[in-house]
Amino acid sequence: MADMSLVVRGRAVVSETRHLLFSVMPGAVWIIVFLVLPSVYLMAVAFMTNGPYGQPQMPLSLESFRQLAGFGFLGWSPGNLYTLLRSLWQTLLSTVLVVIVAYPIAYYITTCREKWRPIMLLVVVVPSWTNQVIRTFGWMNLLAPGTPLSDAAQALGLIAPNMGLYPSNFAVTLGLVYNFLPFMVLPLYAAFEKLDTAQVQAAQDLYASPVRAFWHAVFPQTLPGLLAGTVLVAIPAFGMYVIPELLGGGKGMMLGNLVANQFAGSANWPLGAAGAILMLIATFAGLFAMRRIGKRLGGGEEVVI
Amino acid sequence: MTNPMPAPEVEYSDPLDDTRERDDAMPREASSIELKGLRKQFGKDMVALDGVDLTIEAGEFFTLLGPSGCGKTTLLRILAGLEDPDDGKLLIGGKDVTDIPPHRRSVNTVFQSYALFPHLSVRDNLAFGLRMRGESVAERQRKVAEVAEFIQLGSLVERRVDQLSGGQRQRIALARALVCEPNVLLLDEPLSALDAGLRGQLQVELQRIQKRLGMTFVFVTHDQDEAMVMSDRIAVLDSGIIQQVGTPSEVYEHPVNAFVARFMGHDNLFAIQRSADNWVDTDLGRLQLDAAQQRAEQQGWLLIRPETLELGGEVPPGYNRLEGIVKERLYRGSRIEYRLEINGVNLMVVTSNLGQRLHAVGDKVTVSVCPEDLVRVAA
Repeated sequence: MADMSLVVRGRAVVSETRHLLFSVMPGAVWIIVFLVLPSVYLMAVAFMTNGPYGQPQMPLSLESFRQLAGFGFLGWSPGNLYTLLRSLWQTLLSTVLVVIVAYPIAYYITTCREKWRPIMLLVVVVPSWTNQVIRTFGWMNLLAPGTPLSDAAQALGLIAPNMGLYPSNFAVTLGLVYNFLPFMVLPLYAAFEKLDTAQVQAAQDLYASPVRAFWHAVFPQTLPGLLAGTVLVAIPAFGMYVIPELLGGGKGMMLGNLVANQFAGSANWPLGAAGAILMLIATFAGLFAMRRIGKRLGGGEEVVI
Repeated sequence: MTNPMPAPEVEYSDPLDDTRERDDAMPREASSIELKGLRKQFGKDMVALDGVDLTIEAGEFFTLLGPSGCGKTTLLRILAGLEDPDDGKLLIGGKDVTDIPPHRRSVNTVFQSYALFPHLSVRDNLAFGLRMRGESVAERQRKVAEVAEFIQLGSLVERRVDQLSGGQRQRIALARALVCEPNVLLLDEPLSALDAGLRGQLQVELQRIQKRLGMTFVFVTHDQDEAMVMSDRIAVLDSGIIQQVGTPSEVYEHPVNAFVARFMGHDNLFAIQRSADNWVDTDLGRLQLDAAQQRAEQQGWLLIRPETLELGGEVPPGYNRLEGIVKERLYRGSRIEYRLEINGVNLMVVTSNLGQRLHAVGDKVTVSVCPEDLVRVAA
């Protein structure tokens, strides 16, 4: 009898494993074919040598990483380093600006009447339903030389006469802030909505001025939302291609453009792959840092990334 | 979010046993409160407070009692400074604080939802007010340790708020307000979220804390039993107007109008059809009244408290005698409630359970009541 039951249980375990395997399979295959294998291939390419037509070839070398660091056949040039630093700076700047703009918006929506809130959120999200390229072209039209905005900037002496606000690093920052705003507003809104307004009143009742009530009672509770929003904004911004390509001009290039150029125009796949790996590493480093910060600041509230 | 370590309910022992020694660093200075013609309106036609005049003595346990929407919470929020009155004046400790923002008032509130800060430990919650007031770290630590011991939750200070039970949260919310040593403590239905047993326990505890600290407590509730158990005085509110202010026995035994009588839980109210110096006519028939109950107006209501009625037995001379049929009997252990029908109207009778013979449904019974126990109530 005992043996029988063991057998039955063994069968049950096997069938359960099989069941799990079948249900996970499609997703796993998808991820392996379209994410894992290309990444592995990219890594392999990064360690290969650039052929005469831009194709990767043997032998294996670290040549592409040397090039990425700025060492070309004319000696060292700081171009790539600038691109990397510019990417980091644009990411940092635009993320900070997005946070500054998104906080009041998210808070304002939570103070609206319940029936208006979905509409307000929709207003925030709707622009992102249009293709990014089209929206960026819209900014080109708004910021080009001879437009009211550019004329106003000239009148204020912010830009040289007969120039436009685009192309420039400023235009890239503006484009990034505009593009990523919804990704910060939504998680912040979720954090604000969870907040019990009585806590704000409790803070004021406990001798906190409105500013201190926000800083000590509200802000710490929105940190999970802030961190989630930062991840959603900073990581895609760091690898952004379309916006710097269209709004940046030659001096606005970011890492994403550098990589894309190696695969297209310049035809240096190993260098492009090396750049992609650098982006991947930077992204993981950023995520890791966010997790650490999230755990420290958010207490038990784990930020799911 | 999961709760890895559910907090065990701390066993209740009386922390405020007066025989116990403790050093008295807790507040002693209480303030009186004066409200003069307070008005508050929300939107166009929602009048929350319609001219409230009220004086609350220093060191008093004062309760604002009324149904939801009567304005009692609005009144409390005006005291806290979280709401501005449209008109009228508010004096705390003789000082006009009508235009003082909440964070500059020496008034603290225990919120209905407790409003503890979930991102802070119990200790940091307790220290919040002291920190915002700019007290030194050493001072903060001393006071927090003291108040934690005072409410017997010293072992919980390192916990997170979500690891506490409802009763513990309630006590922490109370301690967070008490530690600031306010002149007035406001309590917004602080016990409404607790189960009946814990609630009764905390009613006694709160009352003792108040008596021990001599602090002015303003307590808001919609539960008349809670109000009577705890308060020195009660103000009954309805539609933004104070209907009656008095001690629990005054409000319960001599309600000024039918609203107060009903809200205090009285069922036996009978419309007066005619009245003279010492009698009234109601649906029950003609009843003799004490001469002290004379009123100028003819109409109004007659209140008969169910516990003043005597069921069966001899009718003493001078007593009112009624005859009715038992329609319902509720056995409540310590007492027995009967619903009688007399002349087609219901009369509730409550008798103490002294082991006497119970009347059965359908029995014909005699009811007697002393004229002095009948109370005339305005419409």
